[in-house]
Order: sequence, then structure tokens, then C-alpha cells
Amino acid sequence: MKGAEALLRALEREGVEVIFGHPGGAIMPTYDALYDSPIRHILVRHEQGGVHAATAYARASGRVGVVMATSGPGALNLVTGLADAMMDSTPVVAITGNVPRALIGTDAFQEADVTGVTMPITKHNYLVQDVNEIPRVVKEAFHIAATGRPGPVLIDIPKDVQLAEFTGSFDVRLDLPGYKPTLKGHPKQIERALDALEKAERPVLMVGGGAQHAHAELLAFAEKTGLPVITTLMGLGAFPGNHPLWLGMPGMHGTVAANRAIHHADVILAIGLRFDDRVTGKVSRFAPHAHTIIHVDIDPAEIGKLVRTHIPIVGDSRLVLKELLKGAKALRLAAWWRELEEWRTRYPLRYKPRPHLQSQEVIRAFHEATGGHAIVTTGVGQHQMFAAQFFPVTRPRSFLTSGGLGTMGVGLPFAIGAKIARPEELVIDFDGDGSFQMTLQELATVVKYKLDVKIVILNNGYLGMVRQWQDLFHAKRYSEVYLADSNPDFARLAEAYGIKGVRVERKEDLMKGVEAVLNADGPVVAEFKVYHEEGVFPMIPAGGAAEDMILEPPEEKEEVGA
Amino acid sequence: MRHVISVLVQDHPRVLNRITGLFARRGFNLESLAVGTTHQPGLSRICLVVSGDDRTLEQVEKQLNRLIEVLKVTDHTEPHVERELCLVKVHVAGLEERLAVKDIQEAFRARVVDVAQKSLILELTGDTQKVNSFIEALRPYGILEVMRTGAVAMSRGDRVLKVREKKEAV
Repeated sequence: MKGAEALLRALEREGVEVIFGHPGGAIMPTYDALYDSPIRHILVRHEQGGVHAATAYARASGRVGVVMATSGPGALNLVTGLADAMMDSTPVVAITGNVPRALIGTDAFQEADVTGVTMPITKHNYLVQDVNEIPRVVKEAFHIAATGRPGPVLIDIPKDVQLAEFTGSFDVRLDLPGYKPTLKGHPKQIERALDALEKAERPVLMVGGGAQHAHAELLAFAEKTGLPVITTLMGLGAFPGNHPLWLGMPGMHGTVAANRAIHHADVILAIGLRFDDRVTGKVSRFAPHAHTIIHVDIDPAEIGKLVRTHIPIVGDSRLVLKELLKGAKALRLAAWWRELEEWRTRYPLRYKPRPHLQSQEVIRAFHEATGGHAIVTTGVGQHQMFAAQFFPVTRPRSFLTSGGLGTMGVGLPFAIGAKIARPEELVIDFDGDGSFQMTLQELATVVKYKLDVKIVILNNGYLGMVRQWQDLFHAKRYSEVYLADSNPDFARLAEAYGIKGVRVERKEDLMKGVEAVLNADGPVVAEFKVYHEEGVFPMIPAGGAAEDMILEPPEEKEEVGA
Repeated sequence: MRHVISVLVQDHPRVLNRITGLFARRGFNLESLAVGTTHQPGLSRICLVVSGDDRTLEQVEKQLNRLIEVLKVTDHTEPHVERELCLVKVHVAGLEERLAVKDIQEAFRARVVDVAQKSLILELTGDTQKVNSFIEALRPYGILEVMRTGAVAMSRGDRVLKVREKKEAV
């Protein structure tokens, strides 16, 4: 058996069913072995599409996503996607070919120092030097990717190692003496946390992406205690977006209720989140009244990194929530809830209706038509925030977006990965005209595998979020954000791929357009021409605090402090 | 504040890269770094001198611990022995200077390890402060070259930096 075959055997033993990838010279022995393997391969048109699809596959399924690429340019095209998976703690294993061992370091054809380049953007990486190490390396890679704080692991395998005769064993043990994630929270700290919550007058529960797998425990704990729940962008769906205890998303484009709740909270229980600057705004002004911050995270390095923490709990959010639940009591929060209710009803997410078609109403129309029952993916920008605001998902693993890295172009490959992970689900990619064009070559992948994904492009003809910042902070100097003069006709572009194209330009055609997308048998690319001067509000400017919240566009402004 | 940190690592290729890369990426201030193998096959020990406030140092320790190949990290806040080795090549023009340098050498308990017509190489072992003073003392005579190893450290007493019995991870 050759190394390549051993690699696939090892992947099979890890339960891998799907690999996203693109072949090339240095990975050809493995692609040759793949020809006889039961593992399904999804051929993407660019390696970046492959790594994003693997990321979404992982996020939608809870399993490890796998991507494969050749050496040099192929592997380097994974860089953005690996960094994205790293920032959003997603378990991905990337397998890359490399030039034969004897050529490493000689600037050989398609050679790049891939383990060097990806060192800071992977949880760990390997350069396999010995064919008999393949089973152990694969086993370790999957273990590291999926356990503790999940993340991407890259395995770089020189071509001659793939071709070498394998004489080793698959019965291998992990050799990771320096890797022992703490899973169980410290009982004393859990007790302290419960005590602090019990004494609190204005407590809030904030959850992030690290609680997606703990949704059942989270729901039980929140309902038992009656705590108001706030979910970050990555936490959307970990708690039902239609639950009366839910206050929405915090941060830059979060709800007034969520941001005010944090601002006035005396005790904050934060679970599986890392206090990103988009959530906190200026850290020194974050949650100024909180005398106790309880931070539950599986990564000890996140605790105390940005926000002072009074009760640190290192552990798996699910196990910690289970323990918290055991001691949880119904809290007396009637007065607090009266305030929260007032903010929530007085400042719901809203937008000023205009004669022109608007992004928010398009997303809302899809939400109503589907009952919110879909997996949503997005690109990055205004449309992403609108989707987070106006498509409140109710189930975990159903809002797939690039949170930490803010990677434009993930929408389509995320939709592909999600559809392959959960083919029975309706998958909608809310995309921007800018974001979509960064990875649109993956329409070919949609066609090749007949993937029924609905791509909804909210075309405002601009890089809308940049334009919004220029509007607010750069005296309307719209530097290099205009796309409409050179955008393609998206519906016709889709048709060129053999995909149904839909175009909606007028407000009165909105429902017809939504129906055309949802009733279509198979994939659709739908272009909704939306109002270009729309801004995402509320907004806390970068480096600001809850008190600096802008509720409406400046010309019609109503600024509302905390 | 200056901190001396010892790190036990698996001596895999690039492990040093991972550590220096981490320091560069997170903006930690690295004053010196020394590395060598240990008596246990497969394990290397690294000594880092880092400056920063308590919060930074907490992050340094935690971020080092995140690295898969790092087995143990300790910040030497307890009584410990700290040494570095330094070679200084100093210019000596005539007999008078040679004698003066010899006085300094004796005062610091340094050794002469090379003698040439116009220069000497002196070897000194000591903590960083002693090495600094030694260099300052020689400076008036004309230092030609300095090579320092960076600090290495070890806790005093029976405390030992070691890995707990290798537990089999699941």
C-alpha cells in the first residue's frame, strides 16, 4: 500500500465521508488513490471555495470538514479560509501535497513553505516526513481539530511520501502530551457563579459560537432562571430567535435592548464567546456597571484577554451549563424585565420604508415565507448584518457567517458546504453584489453536484458597508466603492451556468420574486436591486460604547444613549 | 517588569518558530531566548526573558500553553538561579592596558580564553546584571565584539520543571 492509500484509509477511519478539493501535481498520488475510495469528493473551482465549503460543512454538521489541495498556489489559496476557520473556531482538516522531500527548500516548481505560512492561522500543522507516520498524524489532526477549542489543522505531505510504500500500522495512539483541554468546569467556580447570579438584580446571559453545541442545555438553563439571553453573531441560533427571553444580538449592529441590557447589567454570564471588539466597542467602557463578569470558555487564554473577569470557568460550555443547571433557581427579575421589555418594545429592529426595494424587506420576506426554517449563509457587509437582524434563526448551526475574520465571499461556498452536510434543509445564501463576486466561480460546483441552494443577491451596486462608513466618517467621499457600472447581469450570469436566474427591481414584485426563488426546483440566483443609500442601524461606531448608539441615519437621526 | 520563563517543549522541527512567531504576532516583548536539549530524549528546554505588565505575562503564559508541542511553562517568580554566558573580545594596545583589563577580569572572575597581539577574548558567566556591568567596565578599553547567550534559569531547591507522567489522551 502506498502512502496515499494509507492516508485515505486513515481518513476513512476518522469517519470522513466528504472531501472538498482541487487536484494538482503534488497531490496527484492521493487523487489517484481517491479514485478507488468510498469517500465522496467535491471538486471545487478554487481552493478557497473548498476550504470555505469544508468550514460550513463542519459548522452545519458538527463534524470535521476536510479540504484537499496541491502544493504551492493550491495550498496558499487555502490561507484565507484557514484563517477564517481559526477565528471562528471551526474544526477543519486541510490536506496539502508538497514537492518531494529532496526538493523542499530548493524553490522547486509549485513549492511554498505551507507549514510556515499557515503556522499562525492553524491550531496546529504537520509536515509528514515519514510515510509510516500518516495514521498517527491523521488521528492527531482530527483529534486536535475537533476537541478543546476547535480549529483548523493542516497536514502537508510531500509527493514522494504519498508514493512511498506504507509498512506501518493503523492501530496508533495519540502522542500529544502537551494537549489536554479542560472540559469540566471547576465546581467551586460554578457555585460562585450561581451565587452571583442569585444575588444579581440585573443579570444577563451572553452566548457565542462556543455554545452552538450546547443549545439544549442553554435553553433549559435560561428557562429555569429566566435570564435574558443575548447571542453574538456567532451565537445566533444557539438560542431560539423567537424566544421571549431573547434580546437579540449585541455590539456594533446589535439591538438597543441587548446593548442596553449589557450596559446596565450588574452580573454578566458570558458563555463561549471572546469579547470581540465588534461586541464590546471600547473595552474600557464596556459593561461599566457589571461588578461581576463570569466567563465560561474552553480556551483559558480567552479569559481575561480583553475584559476583566471575576469568575473564570474554563470548560466545555455544554458540561458547564449542565452543572449550572443542576443548581439553577428561578431568579426574581420582574423589575429588570420590565425595563428590558420597555427597551425591546420601544426600539425594535426597524427601518424607514422607502419607495425603493430595500434589503431589509427582502430578507424579512424570505423569513416570513420560510417561517425562518432554513440554513442561512451570508457574505460580509451590510447584507450580512441585515440577515443577522431580520432573519432570526431558531435552531443551532443554521446561521453560517464569517464572524471573526469578516471574509467577503464566503456566502456561496458556505451554502455549498451546508447543503452537502444537510441536504434535506433549505439553504439560502444572502449575499452582496461585492461579496458574491469574490467566489462566484463556485456556481460551477453548484451545477456539477446539482445542489439546490438559493442565492439571494442584495444588489445595491456598492460596497455598501464601506460606503456607509464613508457616509458617516469620511464626509461622503465615496472612494472606490461603486460597482454598479461594471456588475454583471447576475440573472443572465446564472443562466450561463445553467442555473435559474431571477431579477426583481420593483417593490411590488418582491413577493413574486421570493416565491420564484422558493418554488424553484433546484438552485436559483436571484438578484434583488435594492436601495443603495441604505445604512445598517442601530450602530455603535468603532471604538464607541453602548451610549454612543446611533439609531437612525444622521439626516433623520434620533441618537439614543444607553 | 522583567520575567524569566522556562518552557519545556517537544523538540519537533519548527517548535522554536512557533514560539517566536507567537511573540511576534501578539506583540510580546522578547529580550532574550536560549534553547537546548535536556536529559530526556525528545524534550528541549527554552528560557525566555520577557518584559511586560501582569496582564501581558498572563497572556504570554496562556498563549504558550495553547501550543500543542509546549508541555510546561513556568514563570520564575520564585527564588531561582539565573545565568548567561558572554564572550567579549576587547582591544588591548599595550602592557598597561593588558594589566588593567586583567584587573577587571579578576574582579569579575572572568576567564581569558584567547590571547592575541592586540586583543583578548574574555569569558564571563553570571546573571544578566553582572554581564552588563562587565561589559560596561570593559567599554573604555575598546570592545571589538560581544556575544551573549541570553539567560538560562532554574528554580532553587527541590522544585523541578518536569512533565507529569504522559497520560494517554483519548
